[in-house]
Amino acid sequence: MTKHTRKMLLLGGITLTLLASCTVVKEYQKNRLNDGEMTLGNRKVEKTELSFESYREGASGANGAKSGGGCGCN
Amino acid sequence: MKKINLAILAMFAGILYANAQAPADTGTYKNRKLQLEEVNIVSSYYHQDGDHAAVTGGIGSQRLTDLSNSIQVTLSKYDVHDRKHTWNLELGIDHYTSASSDNIDPKTISSASSADTRFYPSVSWEMENKNGRTLGAGVSFSHEFDYQSVGANLLFAQKTRNKMGEFSLKLQTYQDNLKLVYPIELRTNSNGGSGEGEDYATAGRKTYSGTVSWSQIVNSRFQLMLLMDVIYQSGYLGLPFHRVYFNDNSVHVEKLPDSRLKIPLGIRANYFLGDKIVLRGYYRYYHDNWQINAHTVSLETSVKLSPFYSLTPFYRYNHQQGTKYFAAYQAHSSADEYYTSNYDLSTFDSHFFGAGIRIIPPHGVFGMQHFNMLELRYGHYNQSNGLQANSISLNLKFK
Repeated sequence: MTKHTRKMLLLGGITLTLLASCTVVKEYQKNRLNDGEMTLGNRKVEKTELSFESYREGASGANGAKSGGGCGCN
Repeated sequence: MKKINLAILAMFAGILYANAQAPADTGTYKNRKLQLEEVNIVSSYYHQDGDHAAVTGGIGSQRLTDLSNSIQVTLSKYDVHDRKHTWNLELGIDHYTSASSDNIDPKTISSASSADTRFYPSVSWEMENKNGRTLGAGVSFSHEFDYQSVGANLLFAQKTRNKMGEFSLKLQTYQDNLKLVYPIELRTNSNGGSGEGEDYATAGRKTYSGTVSWSQIVNSRFQLMLLMDVIYQSGYLGLPFHRVYFNDNSVHVEKLPDSRLKIPLGIRANYFLGDKIVLRGYYRYYHDNWQINAHTVSLETSVKLSPFYSLTPFYRYNHQQGTKYFAAYQAHSSADEYYTSNYDLSTFDSHFFGAGIRIIPPHGVFGMQHFNMLELRYGHYNQSNGLQANSISLNLKFK
């Protein structure tokens, strides 16, 4: 088993453990989850950062940002 | 007379029967008109400098300044089935000046390519029903002097019955067209743009991507999201004004394969620590068939100075194993099938750190009721190959 495969298995194991420990949260208990800072996504103010990171680095995607098209990449 | 009475009774009974079969009026539906939900204005200033410009074959100034502005309007409406329809209309304009692009034609004091403006409108629609199912679609367009892009996307999302998890699938395509603006010394009559007429040849680039995500509430303080993209690109994937100098001192235009498959996997995890701190973590593993491998990790901490003010320091680290097609200035040989000296595709580490401040006063920013939120964010970015950049962004939200 390669080092890379071991890392991915470890990450998968941690994720599955977290998912398995889920508890049901009632609507009235979601005040923290509904806080604006808890959004599972990029905030609008990060738009330019995501754009230059995708042009200045070879890697892109899996972050909700644009994955192709519309260059602006000089 | 008896017959008439019976007929009236029958009609009355019929009306009662018909009413008994009508669905009960639950009173939940309210006829709502299209309403403005929010308007976001985002402005950014970005400046970079370095010594590895791809236009000059991996040497020379990478100095670039970009000013971008966008406005996004969100409208919503409930239909007769109590489904929420949301429309997002966005218009963005970027303007950049670039020292390296100016060297596409270094004989000029300052060529047309030293600056450009990108214009990119987009429209999207989403419909969410009471069962937590969302359908959506969108189109986008982007135009700059040498590049045009048309995009379209479809979205499907479904929440679990207990609203603790959500599955999402997004399909996107971009159909791009670029002008082949070659370096001045490599222009011929056959590849266009050889003179003042600027009748450039063109090439296409197609992108297809599928994004699958699963978001999950773990407990009342913790939620996470798993993301996977599969992105396939085909067509002209280099840029025609990127020079490559071989070890025999000859100059060529960057040449890269005409297809690329990218597979990034990501995980986000947000945790509300105590009553005043939110931790936002992110990790991504990336692999593509140009043999680029990358690991990206970031952590942002939102510290609530009060219920209406937050300070958000952040740090992002990225390690990238570069493509096998990359080599530095005068390091490629004529035996290479593909070649580039674009340092964006090389091996490097990058660090990005900074902080933001977010203000959401209860009676509006500066006492203006509809001026709902102001967020200002600064970041410094550096790569181990010497590239340095700074960005500052401002988001104003009106509701």
